[in-house]
Amino acid sequence: MAIKEPERIWWKPYTRDEKIWVAVSLLWMFTSFVFMPVYHFAGSQNPPYETYRVSPEEFDKLVEAMIEKYKVGEENGMPVVHPDPDEPVFIRASMWQWYPVVELEKGKTYKIHLSSMDIQHGFSILPINMNFMVLPNYDYVLTLTPTTEGEYYIVCNEFCGMGHHMMVGKLYVK
Amino acid sequence: MAAEDYRICSFTGLKIHKPTEDLIKWNTVTAILFLALGGLMGFLIALTRWPSVHYLSLQNYYRYLTLHGIDALLLWIIFFEIGLVYFTSAVLLNTRTVIPWAGWTGYALMLVGAVFVNFVVFAGKADVMFTSYVPLQADAVYYLGIIIFAVGALTCYGHFFANIIQAKRDGAYKHSLPLGSFGLAAACIIAVLTLAHGAVIMIPVFFWSMGLIHYIDPGTYRLIFWGLGHPSQQINVCAMVSVWYMISAFTVGGKPVNEKLSRTAFVLYIFFINVASEHHLLVDPIFSNWHKIINTSYMMHLAVFASMVHAFAVPASVEVALRNQGYTRGLFEWLKKAPWSNPAFSAMALSMVLFGFLGGITGVIFGTEQYNIIRHNTFAIPGHFHGTVVGGTTLAFMGFTYLLIPYIFRRELVMQGMAKWQPYVYGIGVAILSISMMSAGSFGVPRRHYDITFSGAPFSFTFDPAIDMFMSMVGIGGILAAIGGVMFILVAMGSIMYGKRLAS
Amino acid sequence: MTDEKHRESEEEPIPAWQLFYDNIFLLFFFGIAIPTLVYTVWGLMEIVQIPQLPIAP
Ligand code: HEM
Ligand SMILES: [Cu+2]
Ligand SMILES: [Cu+2]
Repeated sequence: MAIKEPERIWWKPYTRDEKIWVAVSLLWMFTSFVFMPVYHFAGSQNPPYETYRVSPEEFDKLVEAMIEKYKVGEENGMPVVHPDPDEPVFIRASMWQWYPVVELEKGKTYKIHLSSMDIQHGFSILPINMNFMVLPNYDYVLTLTPTTEGEYYIVCNEFCGMGHHMMVGKLYVK
Repeated sequence: MAAEDYRICSFTGLKIHKPTEDLIKWNTVTAILFLALGGLMGFLIALTRWPSVHYLSLQNYYRYLTLHGIDALLLWIIFFEIGLVYFTSAVLLNTRTVIPWAGWTGYALMLVGAVFVNFVVFAGKADVMFTSYVPLQADAVYYLGIIIFAVGALTCYGHFFANIIQAKRDGAYKHSLPLGSFGLAAACIIAVLTLAHGAVIMIPVFFWSMGLIHYIDPGTYRLIFWGLGHPSQQINVCAMVSVWYMISAFTVGGKPVNEKLSRTAFVLYIFFINVASEHHLLVDPIFSNWHKIINTSYMMHLAVFASMVHAFAVPASVEVALRNQGYTRGLFEWLKKAPWSNPAFSAMALSMVLFGFLGGITGVIFGTEQYNIIRHNTFAIPGHFHGTVVGGTTLAFMGFTYLLIPYIFRRELVMQGMAKWQPYVYGIGVAILSISMMSAGSFGVPRRHYDITFSGAPFSFTFDPAIDMFMSMVGIGGILAAIGGVMFILVAMGSIMYGKRLAS
Repeated sequence: MTDEKHRESEEEPIPAWQLFYDNIFLLFFFGIAIPTLVYTVWGLMEIVQIPQLPIAP
């Protein structure tokens, strides 16, 4: 019994039922065990990424330089940029905005740099529902190729203070 | 040790040492009170996430959400587990708690820490969620409270090892611990790992909050915090599985069909389950693909296998026991004749179903890199762990409380009619809550979010209208779960205070 | 008591795996060592190796 010491020797062979169950479980486990790494390379579900250290000041300068060069308009007081496809794209998180609004071209491959000026934020692209963590002092460089035209929203999904629910940004794929 | 310090339990025949009994009583009652507080917070935030009710104010929503995580996840579960530590390392072995004063010191530290944390959050100085990701900062008292609580908890989990060493010396067991105690041994081992990580990160953060250290690296914080935060959920899993085996033994006389199989599953937990911490970091910038893949796929699935084993072994123990009692007709007579109106038994059975189907399967799925990217920080995540820790662990512990009341508190259950229904009401409520959270999360609804209409934001995103229904169901499930929770508190506290005294 | 000991020594030996599972402190050692190395230490090593952003101004 689970509440008593077992008999002196309990290391005994499995019965038939037990063997079947163990085999089925092992098989299931083994499938998921290989599936994730295999799909990591075979499927292109998760974008390739690189990570660097960057201070908030440095990152801010990169964002401003990009806006200066590629600004094409404004929307709700926020600059809209349309960077060249082989240029890096910078999106800055801070309490409580995603800055600036970015236009990307369909089918082109971009390096998107994400970093935070203050605390941790969550980069959630809706409605396609892809999620990434954005940390201060780290640059998260995602290699993304947008495939569907449209308007996308970036919702913050890591609690970041009382304005958290107002932290919504925008992204266009044209 | 004087013989008069012991009594023989008339239900189980176990020899119970008076100081052990007191420690179990105090820890359990404290746990139940924190569950009441945490549950109340859960009820209020569930009402807030119900769009047409949207009950709490902005500030209170985040404040109560922080408290909900702390009171329900940390305090209810750990205080209860400390009760289990004494139960499995002394009562089950018919022996004593070797250093009762250490037990009381641990208890006092935990209580002081718990009061500090609750106080500082209520006072509005720590709206940081229980994860307190740096550089979001809480008042120093918050971190101090967590540290004091953790030191107390470590003292108590450590007591398990002192007890079993002494028990072996006293000849209370010869070679092997009973399976119930073995499961708690796994829990206590993981507790040491967890609390060591806690110390490594929380102490520097405490100094940082006082201005003595200037910078805490957010990546390192996340790594070490989840070395604390995730394995502590595995403590809960081990304790819960132990409780399943023990409830099966106490209520129907269930016996592990194969000790080797069940123990192997616990050993796999000890070795491999903890690296699954990584699944909190799958969409972080910091770690390489290999760190992510090895930790979540290779190692974790060994632990998933272990859970499959328990999912077989516990029902098998019930089946064998009931068949031995003569319920042998057909494949399923034993299942029909199982004591479904005994709340300890039904709580265990429901706990297994909810843990397995809602918590376990989704956990494995969301823990893969491919799925995580579309679920991370969405409402699906609290949906998953309301299957594991609320439907699974909490319900199992509720069931065990129904056994502790006669065995340890020596009281008869009051309101037995209500007690009979409690696991079902609570279980169904949690199931609705969990399923609707997961459904809403699959549309990208964020967790920890006050307003998914984004009022005041520069841009406004509109979710698929289907989520309205799911978010309302969150409220309805929350109400039902809260009713089930209140029923539990009434029965448990009512019995402890006013139940008929049972002769020993 | 001595009688019982005597009897035990004549019975078949306890399998090695069972002895291993009964040795809580050996399990403790592995339970701490494996995750600490595979998760924590490896993770910290990766953190310290993260380079500076080359294009930083
Ligand atoms: C009456 C029962 C309960 C209800 C109605 C309830 C409801 C909720 C809701 C709606 C959330 C999501 C908050 C959000 O992200 O907006 C939540 C979060 C959470 N719940 Fe519960 N809950 C209950 C019981 C419990 C119990 C018993 C536990 C622990 C054992 C628990 C642990 C948690 C944790 C850890 C979180 C995450 C907090 C965070 O994001 O910081 N809940 N709960
Ligand atoms: Cu944010
Ligand atoms: Cu936020």
